[in-house]
Amino acid sequence: MHANILVIAEHLKGRLSGIVFEMLGKAHALATETGGGVEVLLMGHGVRALAEELGLASRVLLCDHPALAAYTPQACLDVAEQVIARRAPDLVLIASSSMGLDIAAPLSVRLGVPHVSSCRDLRITAGRAIVTSQMYGGKMLVESHLDLRGAIVSVLPGAFPEDAGRIAREAVIEALPVEGLDAPHMRFTRLIEQSGTDIDITQTPVLIAVGRGIQNRENIAMVEELAAIAQGAVCASRPVVDQGWLPMTRQIGRSGMIVKPKLYMALGISGAPEHVEGMKDAELIVAVNTDAQAPIFGIAHYGVVADIADVVPALTEALRNAHAPA
Amino acid sequence: MNIVVLMKQVPDLVEELEVDAGGTLLDRAWLRFITSEYDDHALEQALLLKEQHGGTVRVLALDMGEADEMLFTALAKGADSAVKLSGDFATGIDSHSAAGIYRHALEGASFDLILTGVQAIDDLDGPAGAMLATHLGLPYIGVVSGIDVDTANGEAHVRKEYPGGLLAEFTVDLPAVIGIQAAMQPPRYVPISRIRQTMKTASIDETAAQGERIAGAISVERMYKPERAGSATMLEGSADSIAERLLDILTEHGIGR
Repeated sequence: MHANILVIAEHLKGRLSGIVFEMLGKAHALATETGGGVEVLLMGHGVRALAEELGLASRVLLCDHPALAAYTPQACLDVAEQVIARRAPDLVLIASSSMGLDIAAPLSVRLGVPHVSSCRDLRITAGRAIVTSQMYGGKMLVESHLDLRGAIVSVLPGAFPEDAGRIAREAVIEALPVEGLDAPHMRFTRLIEQSGTDIDITQTPVLIAVGRGIQNRENIAMVEELAAIAQGAVCASRPVVDQGWLPMTRQIGRSGMIVKPKLYMALGISGAPEHVEGMKDAELIVAVNTDAQAPIFGIAHYGVVADIADVVPALTEALRNAHAPA
Repeated sequence: MNIVVLMKQVPDLVEELEVDAGGTLLDRAWLRFITSEYDDHALEQALLLKEQHGGTVRVLALDMGEADEMLFTALAKGADSAVKLSGDFATGIDSHSAAGIYRHALEGASFDLILTGVQAIDDLDGPAGAMLATHLGLPYIGVVSGIDVDTANGEAHVRKEYPGGLLAEFTVDLPAVIGIQAAMQPPRYVPISRIRQTMKTASIDETAAQGERIAGAISVERMYKPERAGSATMLEGSADSIAERLLDILTEHGIGR
């Protein structure tokens, strides 16, 4: 059976997110296998230049409207619902992102179709979509089978290669009318950037990252000491920042910073997907965790099953000795 | 300012998870439950707003895991009422069905705001709060880590997190449903003694969960533990020998010199 796939694009500050190309590349491969096509829905205002980047799609559906100038959940939900209802795709792909999380599940309720979240693998066999989702903080994988009748799949960033979706080919763009956005119950007011008084961890080659395993604020001092001697900086996963132990400028992950340092040392970080998104491309990943089953060991190059309170002082000492004049 | 908070119990990831004999569900025999951490933040945010604007906080939960303990803890922290929706949740529940139950429980109720965690570790079919908003015809914004309420104008200013440390601010008409990523301060601690005291003096309203169970939309064929593809080289030994080995590895990579 032909699988016609609709990809919902997202963009921020004038740039398409990398996940859009990941989804487009994957959708194109699946559609090609089954003899179907791929359409990308692009919502915005004055974003024709972004549509031009989506040449791999059979067609870019461009919804241009002043009310879509900044992402607003309600407006995007309304427009996406109209477009999906009209185009009736067999499968819809949405990013499992801050924006996608707002609209994917509501779309499934409005359209009466199933929704599967946290997809990290997707194939089509015998007319059904087979989705592998990462659940329970990455500790379990769940394989779901869906009929190709408009099901919605939320795709985790990093699931598919981004390059596959980027191609220098002229895009076929069809502008669609946008209606019914005149009585919004929510309004975008402004974008707030983190103030730049702290160091920029995206530019720091050595990052010592702490997670829940750090246990208390006092233990951060020991990690600061290691970072200082390794000429790096301390950063953290979400729970540490939520506790107020480190500032938001040091947070790595989906809602924090995306980093690609030479060394990422993950101390007491389990490796939940929303954290991994922010650091998976580090050149060298070393993980220390008391839980031998922690998903972080699945992406680390080197792993140590131990208490960070034992390993960190020993490593600090070893580095100090290595630096000491003979 | 009357706030409803939806809270749920999820498996504690500190414990080892196992798949049951059927191969599609967690083995619940040894499962330990905790409150979903995002829901804990939603409760905290609700309590902060109540402290600021007055009003009430009402907590709703399905009868799963340690629901009683969670609800008494919420009461001890300052919630005004707690409702346990009872039903057959022995094998858990999908979010679509949960949203349908919450819809029945809240249709016709009076509130200004519904707060719940933006997601949970077991939301295979997405977050229930977002779907509830659709059912109730209310606006929804998720991944929110800051809320200010303007009671005079009946609206809230919410800050939604984007990648790269960016925040987007929206003004939302009330009533609305907000998916909380994090409260504006860490969830408060309440001593066990106070929770025990609350168990003696306060009570949980129990009512039967209503609403259709939505089955069959997603057919789960298999649940399994991820293989360690491209897995880490594991270092073993004393802390000192591990430190020496790590030092060599860092040196090989030109780090720390």
